[in-house]
Amino acid sequence: MASSETSSTTYPRLVTAGDSAIVIELGSEIDPNVNNQIYSLVKTLEMADIEAIRELVPTYRSLLVNYDPLVSGFAEMNERLMDLVDFSKDRAGTEPEQARIVELPVVYGGDDGPDLDSLAEHASLSVQEVIDIHSGIDYRVYMIGFAPGFPYLGGLDKRIAMPRLKTPRVSVPAGSVGIAESQTGVYPNASPGGWQLIGRTPAKLFDVSSKSPSMITPGSKVRFVPVKSRDR
Amino acid sequence: MTLVQDRGRFGFQQLGVSVSGAVDIDALDTANLLVGNDSNAACLEVMLGGLEIEFSNAVVIAVTGAESDLTIDDVPISLGVSYFVHAGARLELGLVNNGLRAYIAVGGGIEIAPVLGSRSTHLASGIGGIDGRALITGDVIYLGQSSDAVASGLLLEDDSPTSSGSEINVRIVLGPQDDEFSDSGIASLLNSTYTVSDQSNRQGLRLDGPVIESKSGRYDIVSDAVVNGSIQVPGDGKPIILLADRQTTGGYAKIATVATVDLPRLGQAGPGTKITFSAITIEESQELLAVRSERFNPKNLVSIVEKISLKVDGDDIVVGVADNGSSALAAVEGNTYPVSVEEYTPAG
Repeated sequence: MASSETSSTTYPRLVTAGDSAIVIELGSEIDPNVNNQIYSLVKTLEMADIEAIRELVPTYRSLLVNYDPLVSGFAEMNERLMDLVDFSKDRAGTEPEQARIVELPVVYGGDDGPDLDSLAEHASLSVQEVIDIHSGIDYRVYMIGFAPGFPYLGGLDKRIAMPRLKTPRVSVPAGSVGIAESQTGVYPNASPGGWQLIGRTPAKLFDVSSKSPSMITPGSKVRFVPVKSRDR
Repeated sequence: MTLVQDRGRFGFQQLGVSVSGAVDIDALDTANLLVGNDSNAACLEVMLGGLEIEFSNAVVIAVTGAESDLTIDDVPISLGVSYFVHAGARLELGLVNNGLRAYIAVGGGIEIAPVLGSRSTHLASGIGGIDGRALITGDVIYLGQSSDAVASGLLLEDDSPTSSGSEINVRIVLGPQDDEFSDSGIASLLNSTYTVSDQSNRQGLRLDGPVIESKSGRYDIVSDAVVNGSIQVPGDGKPIILLADRQTTGGYAKIATVATVDLPRLGQAGPGTKITFSAITIEESQELLAVRSERFNPKNLVSIVEKISLKVDGDDIVVGVADNGSSALAAVEGNTYPVSVEEYTPAG
């Protein structure tokens, strides 16, 4: 249960998500430093190899720890996690040692990116400028959610930010690269979606038959590389 | 709608993969126990009933969960009892008349290649089960190797079906974001009756009822991870209880979390079910879970009641009758068959 003050909340804080999970919050905003600390904490917990922990789910600024209460009860888990949070805080750098960079070839515009022209118009930029800006930096993978392998990428240049479509598409093709407000992301599989579609990658982002099914993993970085055609 | 489900797909939530799995875990665990399966064996989850299955091999089966008319070769059988069926036998589930989802376990479990460690079907992402879809008429399902010691005519001691009834009280633990809500908002949740809307599914139950007030008027948080039973409150102030097919992350504040032991009843709560909430401590919730794990134990399996022995044409036949008096079993040389009962007078 969370304490009742909001404005004076201090971090880190541990809150409960029912009888089988504890959430460790390291902040309340989207912040690359906080996100680094989350992934640093993931490593610390993995190394600690605590028997009761079943699964870790890192997000922007919090880490959900699923545990088996029949192995360790709440009080014991809470204390153990507090100690590890302190330990992790002391050794966390501001940047992960070496974020893995995943390069994604992207065909921008045309049928592959049906919203590119209207986004350029919205931004008062040429189509080429939008492509250069979008593919000009490496994006941090803050977390993966929404659908298997769907990365939430941060750091989009504000000049090419744009609200979601008023009416979401019933089906967005797999590999579509989209923009929503100041986020960019890639749809690993065909699904309904409301993001502005600017391009499409032939890369298979999520493959259930693989041992590491997601090409993009939390804590890595993504670089978009413009290509002429999706054929490889 | 019939789906292949086990206890769920764990270990891949950080990659956006939904856990899914049976929404009534009690019914799944009971069914697997009755046929001698591991607790994570895959079963069929039958929503609203209306299913017919022909078995091409002799096998032990059990049906649990939602109540409906059940027959094997037109002979009535009971919910929550294991039966031996012949090769060629037909199992029929009528339309459900209490609850939502029935579970069918077969000795050896359903043999489909697991995807990311589970056979559970997640329709939204097309993962698991049979090609990530619901069963269709004509599907053939292969079964795993049944354990040798499987007995028929078993039931779980003190077993009461999960069936929801029209009003249920659900125990919750407040948090993780209960501090986003005003005192009156939390009072609304704890003192009102909510109704399950027809916009509910395996992903979650949408509830109609009094609006839950947030402190700031906002209900959005920076998206973070959710769990089975998270009660999130979106901008309209109406709570949504997340269930098995939930997405891994969400951007609405979560006022409370359902006690794990009460989740199965939500899996049986159809549209119109009235729900009230009572807050318990996390320690109480964990204690309930410990009690639950004692219940689902093979040592609590008992044989069907009131056995009598007969000799027919030189064969020893043992007949047992279920509590309801309308279904019975006859055992011949260790194989047990359902038989129909026309008139039954309890002994004593």
